[in-house]
Amino acid sequence: MLDQDKWREIFDSIRRHKLRTFLTALSVWWGIFMLVILLGAGNGLQNSFERNFRDDAVNSLWIYRGRTSEPYKGLPAGRRIRFTNDDYELVRDEIPGVEHITGRYYLGGEYVVKRGQTVLSYDVRCVHPDHQYLENTLMESGRFLNLPDIEQRRKVCAIGNVVAEEMFTAEEDPIGEYLNVKGTEYQVVGVFNDEGHESERRKIYIPITTAQRIYEGEDIVHQLMVTVGDATLEESRAIEASVRQRMSERHSFALSDKQALRIWNNISEYQDFQLIFTFIKGFIWFVGIGSIIAGVIGVSNIMLIVVKDRTREIGIRKALGATPWSIIAMVLQESVFLTSLAGYLGLLCGFGVVYGIHHFMEENQIEVEFFYNPQVDFSTVLTALLTLVFCGALAGLIPALQAVRINPVTAMK
Amino acid sequence: MIELKNIRKAYTTEYTKLEVLKGIDMNIEHGEFLSIMGSSGSGKSTLLNIIGILDDYDSGDYRFDGELIKGLSQRQAAQYRNRLIGFVFQSFNLLSFKTALENVALPLYYQKVDRRKRQTVAMEYLDMVGLKDWAHHLPNQMSGGQQQRVAIARALISQPKVILADEPTGALDTNTSYEVMKIFREINQQGITIIVVTHEHDIANMTKRIIHLKDGLIDGSTSVATASAGS
Repeated sequence: MLDQDKWREIFDSIRRHKLRTFLTALSVWWGIFMLVILLGAGNGLQNSFERNFRDDAVNSLWIYRGRTSEPYKGLPAGRRIRFTNDDYELVRDEIPGVEHITGRYYLGGEYVVKRGQTVLSYDVRCVHPDHQYLENTLMESGRFLNLPDIEQRRKVCAIGNVVAEEMFTAEEDPIGEYLNVKGTEYQVVGVFNDEGHESERRKIYIPITTAQRIYEGEDIVHQLMVTVGDATLEESRAIEASVRQRMSERHSFALSDKQALRIWNNISEYQDFQLIFTFIKGFIWFVGIGSIIAGVIGVSNIMLIVVKDRTREIGIRKALGATPWSIIAMVLQESVFLTSLAGYLGLLCGFGVVYGIHHFMEENQIEVEFFYNPQVDFSTVLTALLTLVFCGALAGLIPALQAVRINPVTAMK
Repeated sequence: MIELKNIRKAYTTEYTKLEVLKGIDMNIEHGEFLSIMGSSGSGKSTLLNIIGILDDYDSGDYRFDGELIKGLSQRQAAQYRNRLIGFVFQSFNLLSFKTALENVALPLYYQKVDRRKRQTVAMEYLDMVGLKDWAHHLPNQMSGGQQQRVAIARALISQPKVILADEPTGALDTNTSYEVMKIFREINQQGITIIVVTHEHDIANMTKRIIHLKDGLIDGSTSVATASAGS
């Protein structure tokens, strides 16, 4: 498409105005660079949120007990609602649409974990076997808690791989070994991984029934968590409503009393986040395209000046037989070349920075809560490049038409 | 070869109308060496621009080799200029950032001749005007006379039928002017028609025929008996 002569013309023109060309190219470079960085950061933010959701089942409802805020059937406000194993069974057996369910019981005070001379502190969760599905826990070796553990109130535990690393040496197999949690020995039955935040791999799970007997003496449940299969948002809201209905009957609180029973619906949260990210993405494109447009207008302006500068030259060329098209092509080629090259460099630099950060974070295992795995996908970039070429042509068009209108007689005076 | 019939041209602005050419009739034959004389404002440059298809005329007929040159598209005009006409200007109009060789080769670029061929041919024409050794110099490294010789080489390279020279010696001293005219005479002897616009009598006297222009009309034509190109 471009022969050697045309390249020579372009480079001649650029070489004669190095600073001007450089500044123009800089504005396009900056536009694209910023777009890539913004997209990368936006994706980083989104990925970190998605990871937090991936950690937990997205299709889950978390049910917390609370305190009543309104008097009901002669009972005063401020009454504490308590869950027991009966509530667990009620939700498990009588609420349609519930797929997996687990209770949670939290140990109070320090969770001191001992093994021989090693004494460390970990978060201990007392749960049902289905918890594995709610927290997306992936077994590395052994097994998670199971039904016989619950029924027989076994003193067993499943530990996160960070716990395994810290409590055991590399040669040791944790399975079958014992850990002392708050004075009671538990046999390790499994080691798990979790794709979520690192703190999820610093957990110890023990059967809820065991914990209830050892630490409480009663069948207290602090929190219930259920998954609802592939229910839609509306279906999940219906399940939420029926849980609230049954609980209000059982614990005697007003159906409208949101303080007595709090339900966290992850499906609706997830959709809210999706919406927020659609907005953020839209905003990023808006800002990014704005800066590209600014760059393109800059190129267009400079090309106008270039044409003005070269009026005499263009007049001479016309007198010597340059056709209008050859003049247009001359201006357009320079403009497209300048825009594309600057834009391409901007892309490269933007990519470099985004992947540099990505690599640096991975290499050094840096975990930032709201920034994870920043990236820009390739098709976006390809579109951006084609847009650039188009913008370059657009930027050159007005100056090119200006050049064509130059009258050789007046230009050469 | 060039027939002009009742050519009129006026420049109109919002408030004024300036009639520059008020009906020019002229015939120029193949191989003529002609000068157009007149004071400034007589319309001689405008006439030359019309002949050179750089400018349009309002009414009348202009035929080049029998072909009517009227209302051409920019593209057609460019192609006619490129193939039929060579220009030489008072201010040389060389591209300042291109070497002598590249300047001479430029018309061939617009004929889509390939680069190597262009440069070979351009070198021949530079040699013809005695500037082979200056091929790779930029115009500002050369004297006025040398620059004008480069411009002449550039005008000749597309082997045009006519060379139009607008005050070609206006920026040159007497000796250099005579040298340029000598080159023109040599070119003319090879059969190329040359039209020179000038207001200097001695320059006009070196051509074979002088057309006098006054206030946009032809004010007579003189044949120069013995053309002499100075000493």
